[in-house]
Amino acid sequence: MSILLTQFRRDLLVAMRNRSDAASPLVFFALAVLLLGLGTGADALGESAPGTVWILALFANVLAMESVFRRDGEDGTLEQMLIHARPLFVAVLGKLAAHWVLSSLPVVLLSPLAAYLLHGSLVGIEVLALSLLLGTPTLTLIGAIGAALTVGTGQGGLLLSILVMPFYVPVLIFGASASTAAAGGETAFALLWLAALLAASATAAPFAVGKALAIGQDY
Amino acid sequence: MGWIRNTFHKMGSPRWFFAGSRRWMIGLYLVGAALVLVGSTWGLGFVPPERYQGDSFRILFVHVPAVSLAQTIYVAIAVAGLVFLVWRMKMADMLIAAAAPVGLAVTAAALATGIVWGMPTWGKGWVWDARTVSTLLLLLLFFGLVALRQAIARPEPAARAVALLAVVGVVNIPVIKYSVEWFSTLHQPASITLGEQPAIAVVFLWPLGLNALGYYCFVAGAVIAALRVCILEREADARWVRDWLDRGVRGPLPKVREG
Repeated sequence: MSILLTQFRRDLLVAMRNRSDAASPLVFFALAVLLLGLGTGADALGESAPGTVWILALFANVLAMESVFRRDGEDGTLEQMLIHARPLFVAVLGKLAAHWVLSSLPVVLLSPLAAYLLHGSLVGIEVLALSLLLGTPTLTLIGAIGAALTVGTGQGGLLLSILVMPFYVPVLIFGASASTAAAGGETAFALLWLAALLAASATAAPFAVGKALAIGQDY
Repeated sequence: MGWIRNTFHKMGSPRWFFAGSRRWMIGLYLVGAALVLVGSTWGLGFVPPERYQGDSFRILFVHVPAVSLAQTIYVAIAVAGLVFLVWRMKMADMLIAAAAPVGLAVTAAALATGIVWGMPTWGKGWVWDARTVSTLLLLLLFFGLVALRQAIARPEPAARAVALLAVVGVVNIPVIKYSVEWFSTLHQPASITLGEQPAIAVVFLWPLGLNALGYYCFVAGAVIAALRVCILEREADARWVRDWLDRGVRGPLPKVREG
């Protein structure tokens, strides 16, 4: 447990020293909402606002994933973590938790406002936030596998998106359908699925990330 | 059971595989081409038109084998990935390297034929249902396997990274399928399931079966051909490859001494 907290605190501290880095996913999210509102017209969006917010949150997440291991990889901290942290998956979990708090939690908190700005219905707006709260940690956990595999390749963003997008699809489907259905009733099924995916990825993904990071040291 | 273990060990040797696989490759190519020729002629020319779909259903004689092959190739790659991660068998990695581009092509063919079939039958070429989406994502998974390998300079860690990605990816396929099935599904459910009475007339089943078998053989031949090239590239520094190249590529491979 202490490894998890140490790693978590250390990553938050590093992020606080580079505030503009930490803020960029949120700024991207806000910019994307602005562009969508202007490009398609919020009146045309209306009903599909929850799905749109989900897609924007997903893109914000995948863009932020690129940097989760990069700085640590460049200055050697990552190698030290691989050598010292035991058990490794606990440290990975702490690192990913910190990354989620920095990159996705602000997006989750702002999602009702974004849906409102895109003229989405206010009914069931809390389901949108809840589905994002359950779904985005899964995205971070899965995306970290791709980030760990690509961190040493020197080519980030596009390759990472191609690798992880297929894995993001189920989360997007459940999340978007929960928040779209929210106006009309039945949402529990999709939310439970999101929770199940989160539980499964939280137990399995840290091991895969650790393995991928170890492989990445040999690139 | 000794021969199974023996074959397994031999399969791990690129040299042994290279020596023995030429006949297999040619045989599979010939049998596959013959079966596809017979099955397609039968299916396109002699089977009566389907009651509701008319003649447009005939593309299924290509579409169904392609979809089935795409999934089989991915599962084979995932198994090879697991074998490579556990036993570090070089041949397993080479199989992934050889099969991934073939899988990419087969999946693209499955999607293309599906779109051509969908236009007259559904009235639109593309719908967002479980099978179409999971096949499209399969295409992306294959592409990811190819792209990741190219992004990593050294072959050994590239092999491990790709194997890990393949193993992680296979978990994803059922999840995708069930998540999309949630939406109302337009695609007809699978007509042929193992162990059940097929929901398809027997006149159509024969040419379909021949074609499917033919495509499987042909693609297996193609994977073996790609694997042979892969072996030559990876083992380019090995003595036996240089000896063999020196004596003219067409000559028989030097006998592998047993023991």
